[in-house]
Amino acid sequence: MSSTLWTHLAKDLRIEWRSKDAINSMLFFAFLVVVLFSMSFDPRGSFAQQIAGGVLSVATMFASVSALNQAWAREIRHQVMDAQRMAPTSGAELFLAKVLANFFFVSIVQIALAPVFLVMYNLHAEGNAWLLILVLPLGTWALVANGTFFAALAIRSRNRELLLPLILFPIFLPALLGMVQATTNILTGESDPWLWIKMLTGYDIIFTTVSLLLFDVVFHAE
Amino acid sequence: MKKVLLTLFPLITILLMAWGYHQAIYVAPDDAMQGYIFRIIYYHVPSATVAFLFFFVSLIGSIGYLAFRRNSPNRAQVADAWALAGAEVGVVFCTVVLTTGPLWGRRAWGIWWTWDARLTTTLVLWLIYVSYLLLRRFAAGPQMQTLAAVLGIFGALDVPIVYMSNRWWRTQHPAPVFGGDPGSGMKDPTMVNALLWNMLAWFCWGMLVLFLRYQVERRHQQYAAIEAQEALEASA
Repeated sequence: MSSTLWTHLAKDLRIEWRSKDAINSMLFFAFLVVVLFSMSFDPRGSFAQQIAGGVLSVATMFASVSALNQAWAREIRHQVMDAQRMAPTSGAELFLAKVLANFFFVSIVQIALAPVFLVMYNLHAEGNAWLLILVLPLGTWALVANGTFFAALAIRSRNRELLLPLILFPIFLPALLGMVQATTNILTGESDPWLWIKMLTGYDIIFTTVSLLLFDVVFHAE
Repeated sequence: MKKVLLTLFPLITILLMAWGYHQAIYVAPDDAMQGYIFRIIYYHVPSATVAFLFFFVSLIGSIGYLAFRRNSPNRAQVADAWALAGAEVGVVFCTVVLTTGPLWGRRAWGIWWTWDARLTTTLVLWLIYVSYLLLRRFAAGPQMQTLAAVLGIFGALDVPIVYMSNRWWRTQHPAPVFGGDPGSGMKDPTMVNALLWNMLAWFCWGMLVLFLRYQVERRHQQYAAIEAQEALEASA
């Protein structure tokens, strides 16, 4: 691991460790979404199994937007972002460090949310539960990699906090479909989730590569 | 020569559209299974083709802008104007597709909408380009052009993935008229003729609107450049 990437990553993790802003707000927000969905849809019996995957994915998606907006907004104060722009290193490393940090935060939220989910929705996996360990990180990576990229893009506009979900969600739609279908297939055990896992992997590879290639263009846009 | 073309082309387009209308409504026979309602295909399919074509124009414009923005700013501005015009006119045609589709579906399938591969892809495509236009409103200056170009490329990359994922999910849309299975498509030559005439007419109409939008954007860019120059001179 290169030292630039490690420096950025360590900085983000340290800031989060001291403030715990992102994780706390995401956790509470995701929990709220789960409660809101439960009240709107009254999940009982097999119906809970059907919608649980969708609720978890959408809850993560909404919650992570708040953290992703903060990820770059934090760098604007004290002109940190200008300093990062002037630094003679590739923007791709900064981008990757931010993605890794946010991926870590969102994963913690998911792990914390899982027991709540199991209790409130009375879940039990009919398919291979261990596959969730593959599906959730793949979906989260798709969300966080694109989200970090578009947050860096949206930060350059006015109405930045409003713009991020508006441009992120349409692009994220196929990954959301893959994540929801794979999770639902695992929970209900009705069909094979592997097709969706492969699709998510493909999505992750394509969009992470393009983000890494185009990040400098967005970061240095003037 | 240019002036003659500029007056002649709209005239030809209007004539073509009138001819296309005549072909679609009076010449082509009713469909054996669907009856009269199927005639909406003469507007639905051409609009879809034009919309997809213009989104492609937008993608090329976006790539062109990113390629030229450092060493030839003038070409970059031209590319950006095409990218914007393609996205904007494409969204309009895509809206026509998304309106005529459910009108037909209500009669043919009995439902307005279904989450089928092509319907969902078109809807997602529409959403992506609306978000592209939103970004262009929310950001300003040359920075906005770069950001929009990047989003344009991301959006275009998403389309095949959306299409494939929805195909695996479910598919209900009728098989394509051209290049489908041997059992599908149009059998009557007057139907095919009517469709081809309408394709040509709507293509010309689309090109006309696209070109006008491009010209407006070019004027807008030139005006903005003059304004920036004046502001510089006033402050100096």
